[in-house]
Amino acid sequence: MRKLSKTTYNNLITYGIIILAYILVQILLATGSLSSLMEGLLVPLCTYVILAVSLNLTVGILGELSLGHAGFMCVGAFASAFFSVNMQGVIPSDGLRFFLALVVGAAAAGIFGLLIGIPVLRLRGDYLAIVTLAFGEIIKNVINALYVGRDAAGFHFSMKDTASLNMAEDGQVILKGPQGITGTPGDSTFTVGVILVLITVFIVLNLTHSRAGRAIMAIRDNRIAAESVGINITKYKMMAFSISAALAGVAGVLYAHNLSSLTATSKNFGYNQSIMILVFVVLGGMGNIRGSIIAAVILTLLPELIRGVGDYRMLIYSIVLIVMMIFNWSPKIRAWREAHPLFRRGKRGEEA
Amino acid sequence: MKKAVSMFLALALMAASLTACGSADGGAGDSSSEGVAGETFFIGGIGPETGNNSQYGLAVRNGAQIAVDEINEAGGINGYKIAYDFQDDEGTAEKAVNAYNALKDWGMQILMGAVTTEPTVAVAAETVEDGMLQITPSGSSLDCVQYDNAFQVCFTDPNQGIESAKYIGDAGLAQKVAVIYNSSDSYSSGIAEAFIAEAENQPFEIVSSEAFTNDTSTDFTVQLQKSREAGADMVFLPIYYQEASLILQQADDMGYDPLFCGGDGMDGILGVDNFDTSLAEGLILLTPFIADAEDELTQNFVSEYQERFDEIPNQFAADAYDAIYIIKAAIEQADVTPDMSTEEIGTALIAAMTEITVDGLTGEGMTWEAGGTVNKTPRAVKIVDGAYQAM
Repeated sequence: MRKLSKTTYNNLITYGIIILAYILVQILLATGSLSSLMEGLLVPLCTYVILAVSLNLTVGILGELSLGHAGFMCVGAFASAFFSVNMQGVIPSDGLRFFLALVVGAAAAGIFGLLIGIPVLRLRGDYLAIVTLAFGEIIKNVINALYVGRDAAGFHFSMKDTASLNMAEDGQVILKGPQGITGTPGDSTFTVGVILVLITVFIVLNLTHSRAGRAIMAIRDNRIAAESVGINITKYKMMAFSISAALAGVAGVLYAHNLSSLTATSKNFGYNQSIMILVFVVLGGMGNIRGSIIAAVILTLLPELIRGVGDYRMLIYSIVLIVMMIFNWSPKIRAWREAHPLFRRGKRGEEA
Repeated sequence: MKKAVSMFLALALMAASLTACGSADGGAGDSSSEGVAGETFFIGGIGPETGNNSQYGLAVRNGAQIAVDEINEAGGINGYKIAYDFQDDEGTAEKAVNAYNALKDWGMQILMGAVTTEPTVAVAAETVEDGMLQITPSGSSLDCVQYDNAFQVCFTDPNQGIESAKYIGDAGLAQKVAVIYNSSDSYSSGIAEAFIAEAENQPFEIVSSEAFTNDTSTDFTVQLQKSREAGADMVFLPIYYQEASLILQQADDMGYDPLFCGGDGMDGILGVDNFDTSLAEGLILLTPFIADAEDELTQNFVSEYQERFDEIPNQFAADAYDAIYIIKAAIEQADVTPDMSTEEIGTALIAAMTEITVDGLTGEGMTWEAGGTVNKTPRAVKIVDGAYQAM
């Protein structure tokens, strides 16, 4: 048998952790020892892991700050929910419909990523952050102003209200502006979520370790040097950015099909959410996929597990977040950890 | 090393979550009362305790707490005490489902919630699967009661719009009406849409309909200017009182003085900080609850609420108080006991909901349709000398 390279070994550990977690949860589910709260959190956990891993592609590997990741998630969520609600009676098989919804969501978000990328990726650094931030807000507001209905004559659109859709009596309003889309089928399951997480991790890890990935990282590390050896900067930037957007769209599909009501509020698709995903990436380590997964899981679980403390929940959550950030990244504490025997053991296996 | 720390944190967390699984009924929050499974009714509440809508969630939590304490002091429902726990949903659908699952772990049998519309719709999809009775004190869109197991204490948005239009038409209050509403809020746009549709059957016309969003809810001069240019003698504001107070202020600044009229979200306008309440003189609002009403029930509730929480209760608190008494009435009607399964209790209570009649703070002789909507008469009040006066 061929000897495994260090990267392959490292990647296998990442896949192993995900599969182990999946098996552990399945055992707990089968024995009925998982609380309803944990059971309900399984799909959101997958959603946030996918978001964190996909944003890591833009932030950690491409080295560009994107603050509009929730916007791509929003595109994927609404495109797929719209598709599923329309197709509910047409495609009888739930599995096929959900698969197509995933394709629709990923494609819609990917196309938006491409469209945003064309003008923006010629810019550098802060400009990209600002434009992506604006994009996320625009998407949210456009969806809040959009009314779409369907009757025998086809689709009706309006930017004003449901009355101006002029629909026939039997018409059904699908997207109701700020009230969003209701009645999305609950197709998301933990198994599908884990498969999507594995696919996402597979795509990102393989891209990183491919020829294209090395070009992308070369752009991150030294743009001028990369350009001078003939790397097509715009092409590789676009590639990373639109793949990242499409994967965020997949997370959006998972999110939309987990809840029966989907609305675009600043809480779920606003810049707060984008920053939250960025926090997962930063806490887990830029460019570190396994770190993103662990950080996303911990930070999603934390506020739910401390429900017991009541009124102080959000306060404690923020404090824990600050402490974790300092513990992981403060230079002084890192130096202290290097010296401390308890933490020294893991040093050998440390990743780049 | 990073790995070691991450591993450590992950392990600690896993240990914490596993222990949380083991002690399901020990994980209740601070607002819960002690309960023994089989001998106590477990009523859960969901609403925003943090975030933008926290004032509504806290009002619901407190209002329901008063009702629970009153019932427990008086000996409970058919001799069974109530255990009550309220969980935070931050006003989002996603967290509301988490809160619902946390309450299920606690042992919840009946749900009073959620407070805002989107969380209510999301939770309703879960309760219908579990066959649980859900009574929302203030989730007002029609989607909140799309399933048979969900019932409302408040009016639905379309009903409120229709009732308002009828009231204005019947009383002949205006000929030309302008509407200013929040298009990013489902409550506001729901009322506005129904109001505009119903206006066609009424003796007044809609001369302008202008929207704003949560992101532009500070400057209303453009909308007011358009209303004035259209010659409106009444401005209908189906919005919450914070924005309404700004509109009244800005209308006064530009010397525009039409009649203003609002829905139940307007309740609370007299309590806004730094707001000159003389600007609200003559404001008409349709609200199910008036804090300074003369009847004994309201007065007791208001004084109790003020004593315990140091503020005047708004209609959300009153809706929640009523919701608990509605649950009590349904339990008495269906004659269920706490040792039955959640689904058995749910089925019996859902059938009982259409048979009961409840006199509460927010209306007398409230009855429910099988569809989940409430039948009660709206009350119109006018602000005179800084206080509500029934019309």
